[in-house]
This record gives sequence, structure tokens and C-alpha cells, in this order.
Amino acid sequence: MKTVSNFMRAMLAIVWKDLAAEWRSRELISAMLVFALLVIFIFNFALELTPQTRSDVTSGILWVTLTFAGTLGLNRSMAVEKDRGCLDGLLLAPVDRTAIYFGKTLANFVFMLLVAAIILPVYSVLYNTNLLLGGLLLVILLGAWGYVSIGTLLASMAVQARTRDILLPILLFPVTVPLVVAAVKASSGYLKALDMVEINPWINLLIVFDLVFTAIAFLVFDSVVEE
Amino acid sequence: MNAKSKWLSVLDVVTIVLFLTATILVFFFAPMERVMGLVQKVFYFHVATAWIGMLGFFVAMVAGIIYLATHRTRQDAKKWDIVAVAGVEIGLVFTLICIVTGSIWARPIWNSWWTWDPRLTTVTIMELAYAAYLMLRAGIEDPERRARFGAVYSIIAFISVPLTFFSIRIWRTIHPVVIGSSDPSASGAFDMTPRMGLTFAMSLVSFSFIFITLLWHRIRMGYLADKVEQLKLRLTQ
Repeated sequence: MKTVSNFMRAMLAIVWKDLAAEWRSRELISAMLVFALLVIFIFNFALELTPQTRSDVTSGILWVTLTFAGTLGLNRSMAVEKDRGCLDGLLLAPVDRTAIYFGKTLANFVFMLLVAAIILPVYSVLYNTNLLLGGLLLVILLGAWGYVSIGTLLASMAVQARTRDILLPILLFPVTVPLVVAAVKASSGYLKALDMVEINPWINLLIVFDLVFTAIAFLVFDSVVEE
Repeated sequence: MNAKSKWLSVLDVVTIVLFLTATILVFFFAPMERVMGLVQKVFYFHVATAWIGMLGFFVAMVAGIIYLATHRTRQDAKKWDIVAVAGVEIGLVFTLICIVTGSIWARPIWNSWWTWDPRLTTVTIMELAYAAYLMLRAGIEDPERRARFGAVYSIIAFISVPLTFFSIRIWRTIHPVVIGSSDPSASGAFDMTPRMGLTFAMSLVSFSFIFITLLWHRIRMGYLADKVEQLKLRLTQ
């Protein structure tokens, strides 16, 4: 029981540290937000979104925006730890290293949800559709967790490489494409108000990916940060 | 490990003979498929290369797991890293052959080099994931860390392999399933005659031999490269 509470305390301390640092600088979240809005604007002109085409591509645009902004956030969240030797400090702390992993993942998860919480209403206003649906929010929760759970692990690998800025997307996208496909399909199912029978397989796939990614990251994170 | 093993030379010859036999069987022994004609013969090597590709990635994943489990306690854990790289490189080459042969077959049968079918998409994602594996390794200088990160990524990337394998069995797809029951929407499926089955089995066996031979050669090369690296280090010191 004591180990569990120690684990939770270490994990929450890291989440708290990340959120507090972010609250003071607002570097990451502002960059992610501006970037996300830019992506939406680029899509608007690149795809010439008319009301008919819009309804078909909305979920795709939403997820591309979220994943690209998420990559930005993941890269940054690990780079700040690495640059001033903070990661070494964290690793020296007498806590379970998976607590560090889950702390960083939870913080990234919060950032990604914040971006989603802002672009969803903005998109709804810009394109005059309502994206604030319960089902869509569930898909975003599941998709974002899967994305940051494997993304945090890969980011902590990428920052230790020479080519770190270009490496993260290359490592992350092939692994997460199936997850993003499932998220896009499930989202567009909710947006088109399809039957649950057609949406459920994609939701199940999302849950499976979340579990697999989290389990793998949990098992191997130790080997990624050891010195 | 310096001199080439006698057994490896024997294996080279056996593999070449097997491969020639399989090729002859494909062209002269297996009957012509009535609907698709000559292009159906791609099938024998197409499936065999797909199998070798996935086998290579599987070997890499297993070697990655063993490396992660043993690298703290054992000095010789490095050999598992060499095995993993060999598996990934062979897997990449054979998966590419598989994609190209599939395209050649698809042009007359589906009337298109490429479709965004689940099977074709997942196999390409798999190929890209392992290309990323090589880029990850190229970006890290420290050999120990390179091996460790490579092992981690070979495990993560392996998720794409079962996804590719089962994609034609889970999703509706036009990619045929020749072994087992095919989806009714698949196009280009056929039933194998006994002679086709024999040819198919032969190409699977011969490609498995090619895999073992190449793996052995590549592992040997890995050891030699490692030795060269250490000699270079000693010279500079």
C-alpha cells in the first residue's frame, strides 16, 4: 500500500511540476495552440472546404491538427528536461522510474486535451458545426492517451539522439497511424451520427491500442533512461 | 568467427539449389491459373517474401527482448543487437520485394498498381516503421545506447506486424486470402490445386532457407564490423 501511495505521490509531483512550469512560461501551450490554428487555416485553403466536403473531412482535419500539435508538445516536453540536465536530476530521485514516465505522460495528456478543448469550439464556430459531442470527447480522450503514452516514450528516446528534432515524428507516426485511423473513423462515425454498431469496433481498437502502448511503455521505459 | 564456416558454404549451395528448384517449379510445374493466367505465378514468391519479411521482424523483436533482459548482466549481450539489425534489414528488403511483386500482380488483376486497401496500407506502415528503426540507429553514436534504443523500438514497431497479418482477416478488403477463407469482396482469389500447393510449399521452404543463409551472413558481417570498430578505437587511443 505504501509503495502505491509513494508511486502516486511521485507521479503527481511530476505532473504538478510540468503544469506549474508551463503556467509560468506558457511557452508550450501557446506554441501548440498557434500551430494548431495555423494547421486548420492551411487545411481550409488547401482543401477548399465547402459545406459538403467539410462534413466528410472534419474528423480527419481534427486529428491531423491534434497529432501535429501533440508532436510539437512531446518534443518540447522532453527537450526541456534534457537541455539543462533536469532529466538526470529526475533520474537521481529515489522514486520508481515508471512514476517519472507516467508523470510526464499525464502532463502531456493534459496539454493535448487543453489544445483539443480550445480547437473544438474554435472549429465549431469557424465552420458552423457542433463538435462538442459526448462521443467525440470520448474518442479524443482515448486517442490522445494512446498518442501521448507511446509518444512520451519515443520522445525520451529521440531527445537522446543526435537528430532529435526530426527523429520524433519519424519514429512516432508509423507506430501511431493505426491508432489515428481508428480515432478518425470513430470521430467521423459520431459526427455523422452513425449507429453504435459501426462505431464500436473502432472504439474497441482504440482501447486495445491504449492498453498495448501503455503496457509496452511501462515495461521498457527503464531501459530508455538508464545510464 | 573470422574464417567463413564450412557449414555456411554448404548452406549457400543448398539455398541456391532450392531457390532454382522453386523457380523451375513455379514456371514449369505449377499449372496455369485459368482466370488470371501467367501473372498469378507472382503469388508463390509474393507470399514467400511476405513471410520472410515478417519472420525477419519477429526475429528482431525476440532479439530485442533478449537484449533488454540480459544487457545489464552479461557482457556478450551485444550479439543480440547484431541479430536484431540483421533481422530488420532482411525484413525490410523482403517486405519491399513483397510490395513490388504485389503491385505487379495488382496492375492486371485490380487494374491499378496501388489501392488504399487495409492490407496494402498496413504493410507500408510496417515498412516505414522499420525504416524509422534504421534512422534511429543512425542518429545515435554510443553503441550501447544504440543497441538499447534499437531493442526498444524493434519491440514497439512489431505491433505493426500482427496488424498487417490480420488486416485481411479483420477488415473488409479486396486483398485475397488464399490460405483459409476469403472475404467475398476480395478480388483475385483462387483455389490451389495440389500441384500449386506443392510449388507454394517449395517456395516457402526455399525462401526460409534464403532467410537463414542471409541472416547468418549478416550476423557474421555484424561481428566483423564490430571488430573493425574496436580496432579503429585501439588505433586512435
